[in-house]
Amino acid sequence: MSEIQLVELTVNGERRDLAIEPRRTLVDVLRHDLGLTGTHVGCEHGICGACTVLVDGAPVRACLVFAAQVEDADIRTVESLAAPDGSLSDLQQEFSAHHGLQCGFCTPGFLMLAQGFLAERPDATKEEIREVVASNLCRCTGYQTIVEAVDACAARRRSA
Amino acid sequence: MNEPRFRRDGAWVGASVPRREDPRLLAGRGRFVDDIALPAMLHAQFVRSTVAHGRIVAVDLDDVRTVPGVVAAFSAADLRLGDITALLDRPPHEFVATSMPVLAHDKVRFVGEPMAIVIARDPYAAEDGVEAAVVEYEDLEPVVTDTAALADDAPLVHAEAQRNTLVDVSLFATEGIDDVFADAPCVVRVQTKTGRQNALPLETRGVVAHWDDRDEQLLVQTNTQIPHQVRTVLASCAGLAEKQVRVIVPDMGGGFGQKCVVGREEIAAAAAALRLRRPVKWIEDRRDALTAAFLAREQRYDVRAAFDADGRILGLDADVVCDMGAYSCYPFTAGIEPLMASAEMPSVYKVPAYRVRGRAVTTNKAPTGPYRGVSRPQYVMVMERLMERAARELGMDPVEIRRRNVITVFPYTGVNRITYDPGSYRESLDLCERVLRDEGWYDVRDSDRVIGIGYSCFSERTGYGSGAFAQRKMQVVPGFDISEIRMDVSGTVSVTTGTMSHGQSHETTMAQIVADRLGLDIAQVKIVQGDTDRITYGFGSFASRSITIGGSAVAAASEKLGDQLREIAAHLLEVDVDSTELDGAGGIRLRDDPARRLSFAELADVAYLRAHLLPKGVGPGLSATASFDVAGDGTFSNATHGVVVELDPGTGGVEILRYVCVEDCGVAINPQVVEGQCRGGIAQGIAGALFEQVTYDAAGQPLAPSLMEYKVPTASEIPDIAIHHLETPCAFTANGAKGAGEGGTIGAPAAVLNAVNDALRDTGVELDDTPIAREAVHRALNSALEGTGV
Repeated sequence: MSEIQLVELTVNGERRDLAIEPRRTLVDVLRHDLGLTGTHVGCEHGICGACTVLVDGAPVRACLVFAAQVEDADIRTVESLAAPDGSLSDLQQEFSAHHGLQCGFCTPGFLMLAQGFLAERPDATKEEIREVVASNLCRCTGYQTIVEAVDACAARRRSA
Repeated sequence: MNEPRFRRDGAWVGASVPRREDPRLLAGRGRFVDDIALPAMLHAQFVRSTVAHGRIVAVDLDDVRTVPGVVAAFSAADLRLGDITALLDRPPHEFVATSMPVLAHDKVRFVGEPMAIVIARDPYAAEDGVEAAVVEYEDLEPVVTDTAALADDAPLVHAEAQRNTLVDVSLFATEGIDDVFADAPCVVRVQTKTGRQNALPLETRGVVAHWDDRDEQLLVQTNTQIPHQVRTVLASCAGLAEKQVRVIVPDMGGGFGQKCVVGREEIAAAAAALRLRRPVKWIEDRRDALTAAFLAREQRYDVRAAFDADGRILGLDADVVCDMGAYSCYPFTAGIEPLMASAEMPSVYKVPAYRVRGRAVTTNKAPTGPYRGVSRPQYVMVMERLMERAARELGMDPVEIRRRNVITVFPYTGVNRITYDPGSYRESLDLCERVLRDEGWYDVRDSDRVIGIGYSCFSERTGYGSGAFAQRKMQVVPGFDISEIRMDVSGTVSVTTGTMSHGQSHETTMAQIVADRLGLDIAQVKIVQGDTDRITYGFGSFASRSITIGGSAVAAASEKLGDQLREIAAHLLEVDVDSTELDGAGGIRLRDDPARRLSFAELADVAYLRAHLLPKGVGPGLSATASFDVAGDGTFSNATHGVVVELDPGTGGVEILRYVCVEDCGVAINPQVVEGQCRGGIAQGIAGALFEQVTYDAAGQPLAPSLMEYKVPTASEIPDIAIHHLETPCAFTANGAKGAGEGGTIGAPAAVLNAVNDALRDTGVELDDTPIAREAVHRALNSALEGTGV
C-alpha cells in the first residue's frame, strides 16, 4: 500500500495539493493532512455521522469516502461556517442558544448535516428536521435541543 | 442537620448563562485528543485476543516488524510493566483481588484483550502491522454467563477466585426478617436480568504521550475523567516517580463513566513513548470501543418484598449478581455494582427490614466499570416493579402505593444506615401524575389503542464524600476536592478544580459559582481543569461530584480570596476589616460608605507591584486554596419520571408518546445545563430499556462489534422530554446543589418498563427484563388477541 497518489482537493474554497496513499479517507486527509480538525471521527463505518462534511452542498460521511474520490468537488467543513472575523453563523448561534451541544464532539457533524439540509429545504417542518437529525448520533443531548436549534435557525432564515 | 448554607443573592447562580465552551466547539476549534499532533509522532494499535479464554503460548511479532511503516512492536515481555490492581479492604471471603496486566501475558480472558502494541508511522500502517501478528493459543473453555460462572464445576477465569466470585457481601440482614415475610399479607417477587451496555461516548478513548527532555517528564495527554489517578497508575506500572509524569486532559467528547477508570491501553501507549523517546498516539477505533472498552449493567436480581394489606412495604429480601466480565476496574474494583446496589436499594421508600446479598462474578467477557447511574437504573427498576406488582396484587393504584411508601420526613436514616437529606419525593410524584392527568393522557389510556402509563420514583445519592467511599472499603478513597484560586495583577482570577468536564459545562457553571462569590463577571473567571501539574490533587468527575464537591471547593477558595482582598482593602482604607464588604462589582467597599471602594485591580496592583503597602504580616500575591468533602452521607437528588407508551401489536414496537420528568437537584447553578443533563441521561436510560445490548455467543465472541448491531437510539426514537424543576436545597454542599448528572439514566428504564407493563395489563403478561424484547411484547399482545393467554 505504499503507492502514493497526487490528489487536488478544494476545501472551503481553497485548493490543496496532496501526495497520499489511495486508501486514505477524506476525513483523515481533512483532519491530519490539512489540519482541519473540526470534523470528527466517531465510528469509521458510517453510522454516527460525526465526520459529516458537505460535498458539493450535500452532507456526506467523510469516513466512507476516499479523498481521491472527491477531487473535483467543493468540500466544506465546519471551519467554513463562522465569518472570517470569527463571528458565529446563525446556525451555530442557535445551537448555543438552545443548548444543542454538551461535549461538542458530534456537533460539527450535526452542523454540517443541518447546513446542507436547510440549504436544500428551507421550508422544512420540525418533523422533517427531526427525521434528518436522526441521521447522526449524539450521546449527550437526547436530540431535542438539536432539533430545536435547527428548527429555530430555519424559522430565523425564513423571517429574515 | 445543618441549615442550608447556600446563597441565592448572586447574579450568576440560577441563571441559564450561555456556555462559554460553545464558541470554540461550534467553530471546530475544540481540541480533542485526536486533534493533537506532535513532530515525529508515531501511531499505536493493539494486537488483541480473538478467543475468549486461552493460554498464550506465543506472541510472535517478527513479521509485524517487517511491515512497511512499522517502527516497533512490543509484547508484554518486551515492555515489562507492572499490573493494574484495584483493591477493596475486605476480608478474603468478601473480596478476591485480581490483577489486570497492561498487556496480557499468560492468559487471555476476553475477545479484544490487548496482548501487544504495534507502533507505526501512521495508523494505517499500524493496522497493517497488527494483521501480521501471529499468536498461538491453547484454548481454554470460556465462561460466558453469570449462571455458568457460578456453577460448581465452572472453569476459572482467575485461578484465585473460586466459583468465579470476586465480591460476595451481605451488607444488611435485619433480625427477624424471615418472620416479616412469613406473616406478611402480601409478598411479591421480581426476578430480572438487565442487558450489558456500553456507555459509548462518541469520542472513543485516546492518548498522546511523549517524553519531554526539558521537563524530564512523561507528558500524557489523554481523555480521562480522572487525570491524577491515571498519573498514579502510570507511574507505578512504569516505575517512575509521580513527578516524572504529567497528565493533561484536553476537550473530551463524553465519558459517562467509561473514562473514569484507568485503561490499560493508555498505559501501554505511554510506556511505548517512554521506551521509544518519540511521541506516540493511540486512538481507539469503534470496533475496539464496542468490544474491549469497559462495559456495565449486566445484572441479575431476585428480590422479594413484603407488604401489609394497606400497601406499606414491610421488608425487602434481595439477591444481586453482577456479571463483571474479565477484570476488576481501577480504582473502583468489581465491587462497584454489587456494593452500590446492596447499599442503596431501598431507594426513596421507607423499608423497615432489609436483607441483601451482592455478588460480582467474573466471566470471559469485556470487563465492566462505572456507567452513568451505576446499578441505580437496575435496582430502581426492581423497586418500581415491586411497587407495581404489589399494587396489582392489592388492587391499588400504582401511584397511591408509592405515595404511602415514600419518605416524607427528613432527615431520614434508612435501614441501610444512610441518612437522606431533604428531598421532594412525594411532591415530585404528585406533580408528575398531575401533569399527565392534566394533559389528558389517562383519557388516551382508556381508548382502544394499546397505551400504558408508567412511573418511576427515585433518589440519587450523589457527591459521595470520603466517608461514603471509606464505607465501601475502597483502598483508593475518592471524596474531597481541592481548589486553588489566584488573582492576577489585572484583578481577574484563575481557579483550579480537580473535577474534569466531559460535556457538563464546568467552564461555565464553575465560573458562575466563583463570579457570585467574588462579585465578578464570569468573563473575568478562568477555570483550570485536567492538568496534574497545575492542580494540587483531584478525583475527577464521576458520581455527579463536580458541582457538589468540586463546586463547593471552588466556592470555598473564592470566599477565602474575598477575605484576603477585604483585609488588604481595610488596611489601605484605614478601617476595620469588619466594616468592609464585597461590592458585587469587582471591588471592596465600606459597608457604611459604599462610595469609598477599591477595585480588585487596585488591590491586586498593591499585592503584586507595590507590596510594601500591604498590611504587616500579609505576604505578596493573591491566592487561596480550599478543600471540600461532604460531611454527611452524600446528597440526594430526586425525581419522578412519567412515561406514556403505545405498543404496536403488529411489530411489538414500543413508541414513547410522552415523557415527563420532575426533578429536584437542589439549587440549579445553570438550569439549562441541568435540563441538558436530564435529557441526555433519559436518552441513555431509554436506550437501556429498549435498544442497547452487548451480546456474546456461547464461545464468548461479541455479537455486536459495530454500530450496525449495537443499536444506539437516534432522534427518531428519543422523544421530546418535558422537565419540571423542584428545588430543595442541599444541606451538605456549599452551594445548595445536589448532583444532576445521572438521574435521567436512573429513572428512565423503570418508567418505560412500567409503562409497557401497564399497556400489557389486559394480557396477563408482565415483562421484567431489559432491554425489552420486541418479540416478547409482540407475543404478549398477540397471545392475548388470540385469547390463548401465555
